[in-house]
Amino acid sequence: MSNSKEWPLWEVFIRGQHGMSHRHVGSLHATDAEHAIKNARDVYTRRNEGVSIWVVQAKDIAASSPSDKGPLFEPASDKIYRHPTFYDIPDEAGNM
Amino acid sequence: MYAQQVKSTGKKVVSLEEMSPADRDFQERINRGEKIEPKDYMPAAYRTNLIRQIGQHAHSEIVGQLPEGNWITRAPTLERKANLLAKVQDEAGHGLYLYCAAETLGVTRDEMFEMLHEGKMKYSSIFNYPTLTWADMGAVGWLVDGAAIMNQVPLQRTSYGPYARAMVRICKEESFHQRQGYHIMIKMAKEGTEDQKRMAQDALNRFWYPALMMFGPSDNDSVHSAQSMAWKIKMNTNDELRQKFVDETVPQAAYLGLTIPDENLQWNAETEQYDYSEPDWNEFHDVISGNGPCNTERLGARRKAWDDGAWVREAMMAHAEKKAQRKAALG
Ligand SMILES: [Fe+2]
Ligand SMILES: [Fe+2]
Repeated sequence: MSNSKEWPLWEVFIRGQHGMSHRHVGSLHATDAEHAIKNARDVYTRRNEGVSIWVVQAKDIAASSPSDKGPLFEPASDKIYRHPTFYDIPDEAGNM
Repeated sequence: MYAQQVKSTGKKVVSLEEMSPADRDFQERINRGEKIEPKDYMPAAYRTNLIRQIGQHAHSEIVGQLPEGNWITRAPTLERKANLLAKVQDEAGHGLYLYCAAETLGVTRDEMFEMLHEGKMKYSSIFNYPTLTWADMGAVGWLVDGAAIMNQVPLQRTSYGPYARAMVRICKEESFHQRQGYHIMIKMAKEGTEDQKRMAQDALNRFWYPALMMFGPSDNDSVHSAQSMAWKIKMNTNDELRQKFVDETVPQAAYLGLTIPDENLQWNAETEQYDYSEPDWNEFHDVISGNGPCNTERLGARRKAWDDGAWVREAMMAHAEKKAQRKAALG
């Protein structure tokens, strides 16, 4: 009944002080984007946690499904040569 | 504690061998310390229990604003007023983080509010006690937030990802709450006038046992916790946490020169912890079932806020829709 009247759900992303990417911090309800940013300010940045806010409606996010975990991520697990430690470099060559 | 009355199925914990392959896989993920995320498989009872637990926790944060809100306009200084306002605002935030976590399990915010207002969902018994003097703001921050921290720190490791992440945020903010409360107690009990000292002692007398009740019934009487512990949605037993709270609080009271209202309180050299008196569990059951000193007032305030705010919620949505239409028309 009252469900239909519920404000839409927004996901909130904040960029902190130190030049990192925006990070997902949580979600909130708001009527539109402007309202969502104002609410995000109050809910997620009460202690200077951020210098920039992104909001996106939760229904607009496409997500991979848990059952795709194998096909999506397993191919990377046997490619250890993608990591620097795979390559032995003699100490004589110096720091690398 | 904030979820004192989470009754699970009451069935005994099923062993790995007895489980369906999906449930066994799920339990093994938890045993390995993996986080369960919203779209992952989970047994229906895990979902139901978590909704109840996180919902109770969220409601406690929101209802918990009321006893302290009572003193915001009457704080003794502008600084204390700002401190208390910030603390109460944090509690609103805690409620919001937790409602969001519960919503990932498929319940809506409005459904949770409705269940609270209809008495179908509980909140912590502690918030049904009145806050009679300014010293109560000290006692609440010190003892109530102190007990909350005791419970919430281990919940940062709980198995459900969104709940664990909400707890991490909450724990970062709680320490300020307890310290501002204890600071009020220092001013009154150590540095205050005789009257202020008396008020501080009186606040401790009234909040001590209700604070102990926050951890929920004694382990002997809480037969439902085994499943929750297997699922890692409860990390410690009620008595474990209560004992830890007593052991930490006794020296803090001593520093303030206040007396804990328990004649049986005594250091036990063998167990290396304090022996203490159990709270009155009849009172606890009375309060949790609706008959505490402020139950009617607290629920009344929540219902009124919800009903009085209905037109605002509707008007804001209508305004946003109209704005969106206008924008679309302009192309
Ligand atoms: Fe809180
Ligand atoms: Fe708090």
